[in-house]
Amino acid sequence: MLKFSPRHTSGWTRRAAMRARSFATVDDTPNRVYGGLADQDRIFQNLYLGNSKKHGTPSYDLKTAMKIGDWYKTKEILLKGDTWIIDEIKASGLRGRGGAGFPSGLKWSFMNPPGWNKNVGPRYLVVNADEGEPGTCKDREIMRKEPHKLVEGCLVAGRAMNATAAYIYIRGEFYNEAVILQNAINQAYEAGFLGPDACGSGFSFDVYIHRGMGAYVCGEETALIESLEGKAGKPRLKPPFPAGVGLFGRPSTVTNVETVAVAPTICRRGGKWFSSFGRERNSGTKLFCISGNVNEPCTVEEEMSISMKELIDKHCGGVKGGWDNLLAVIPGGSSTPILKKETCDDILMDYDALRDAGSGLGTAAVIVFNKQADVLRGIQRLLAFYKHESCGQCTPCREGSTYLSKMMDRFYVGQAQEKEIDKALELTKKVEGHSICAMGEAFSWPYQGLVKNFKPLMIERIREYKRQNGLEDGGMQYGGWHDSGRVKDGEVVNNPMPKEAFHGH
Amino acid sequence: MKFEFTPENKELAMEIVKRYPPQYKKSAVMPLLDLGQRQAGFTSIAVMNHVAELLDMPAMRVYEVASFYTMYHREPVGKYHIQICTTTPCQLCNSDSVIEAIMKHLNLQPNQTTPDGLFSLEEVECLGACVNAPMMQINDDYYEDLTAESAVEILEALKSGKDVPVGTTKRESCEPFSGPKVLVGEPLDVSTLTRSDL
Repeated sequence: MLKFSPRHTSGWTRRAAMRARSFATVDDTPNRVYGGLADQDRIFQNLYLGNSKKHGTPSYDLKTAMKIGDWYKTKEILLKGDTWIIDEIKASGLRGRGGAGFPSGLKWSFMNPPGWNKNVGPRYLVVNADEGEPGTCKDREIMRKEPHKLVEGCLVAGRAMNATAAYIYIRGEFYNEAVILQNAINQAYEAGFLGPDACGSGFSFDVYIHRGMGAYVCGEETALIESLEGKAGKPRLKPPFPAGVGLFGRPSTVTNVETVAVAPTICRRGGKWFSSFGRERNSGTKLFCISGNVNEPCTVEEEMSISMKELIDKHCGGVKGGWDNLLAVIPGGSSTPILKKETCDDILMDYDALRDAGSGLGTAAVIVFNKQADVLRGIQRLLAFYKHESCGQCTPCREGSTYLSKMMDRFYVGQAQEKEIDKALELTKKVEGHSICAMGEAFSWPYQGLVKNFKPLMIERIREYKRQNGLEDGGMQYGGWHDSGRVKDGEVVNNPMPKEAFHGH
Repeated sequence: MKFEFTPENKELAMEIVKRYPPQYKKSAVMPLLDLGQRQAGFTSIAVMNHVAELLDMPAMRVYEVASFYTMYHREPVGKYHIQICTTTPCQLCNSDSVIEAIMKHLNLQPNQTTPDGLFSLEEVECLGACVNAPMMQINDDYYEDLTAESAVEILEALKSGKDVPVGTTKRESCEPFSGPKVLVGEPLDVSTLTRSDL
């Protein structure tokens, strides 16, 4: 007989228990409420420039950074060796902060298979600072305010992987951030923290910056490697995985800025400290960026598994018009499916809870829609983004994103048949899993999330269009063709064209 | 039209090439094209050919790179190249009104340049400052937390040669408008909490 233990008395646990669960779902820890991270447990102490302002120095100043403990006992960490660092990261339960959430310790250990040292030559750590996912702006804050955490993180992560050099791939638009980071690197070289004898540990390590030039797809790890090699950023097929054959044909690992930047603090304070935050398998602290229709959009470091409502109410002054005015939330950057208010009421912000709700934590970029916003317009603009950013290498993504974007243009104004909603859904099902990189999923999921949660709204929009144009009894075909529409000399005539997402088209 | 790096830029270019392994000199193609664009104002065919020559690459490989990335302008742009983000997070904060105001103010459609060559306009995808939406980038600098009026003011100030504060004027950076709610006390020194066995 199913018996509820007392810990299941709170509202959200009971509801969560009733929801469908996947095999890896975490059992809820009794009576633990997450969130409310204390200032002394924040890794990014200079996030609001508190330390820099206190000393009146720019954020890349080494001496100021050392005052909050950057570069403290780095030599000792390096001398502990690769296994120690990786074990510490494994114990911390750190999962990749770039979106996929793969356990970082495990990923780093792929660089050191048995006999790795027989493969003589350079090995690379590649830091993915090509932050382009709509909604995400956490890596930028790390680079411009805590550059030394990143540089030191490169050294620590590089030691763990036995890498010889790190390349930081920054998106081209972040010019000022790249300048700040380069200053930090220069200061670290001058102090002897980088170079042939990094921190006096005998370990040789270099850090270089490579600026991208405006391509979202270069945030994908193999595309990023291609781009670093001086080619167009088109993803490679995997396998071989970068840990085997990566940058310049050598073993490499691509990791997100935040993952690398938290590593030194984890080593200093211990994996156990880091794993004490958040639920099991979702441990740690995380930078959340909350944008959209909230009163005070901000970037804030919080404990994992904080409830979405608390995150928005406590740090962002609430949704515009109050929590009841909430319509929907995209919880983890544009490529995670949208969630409607009923789900948001009691959802926790971590990998497993959001996955069970049919979405994902992604980069923890929360995009909030209130009831005055048009969710169809929001998704239309997102699909136009993916159409624009598809690299064009493989057919499912190139054609699929274009088709879907065009259909969404019509759904936005309602110039479509109801059946086409499902046709487009079928198209996304054909794309996901069939493209070279994850971009296929990235543009399929927002649409799937939209249909799952807002199909009645889409149907209402279509009926409204038909009412306004007197088409209730027929007169419009599939594809938004009115009966009067013709193609003449390659131009559509006598047929209204749906509004495109861009201005000036 | 002939193009060649100035002596200073040539030195810088050689410095950049050294960052990559000697047999992978072509990795420097992106930074060098950017350098060329900064010198010439846009990435002309001459710039591409010169870079190809410097790096011993087939010219076609350089054209491929230059046409793939959106930040290489293969046509001349204005002295102030305005890029306005209109992707969803900005759009939710009414970036549509910002771009429409600018289009009206400059009497310009996206991807056009004003006749005096001062401003060119581009509608771009997410620039990664979503917390500070809506925002725009003019040349290398970000201007954040805009309204239709403040965006036009920035353009007018640039036109008259005045200094315009970069970033946001409504707050320091990414904290809430009303000031930080966390990290308000003394910054913590992690070395005081470092484990004893290090």
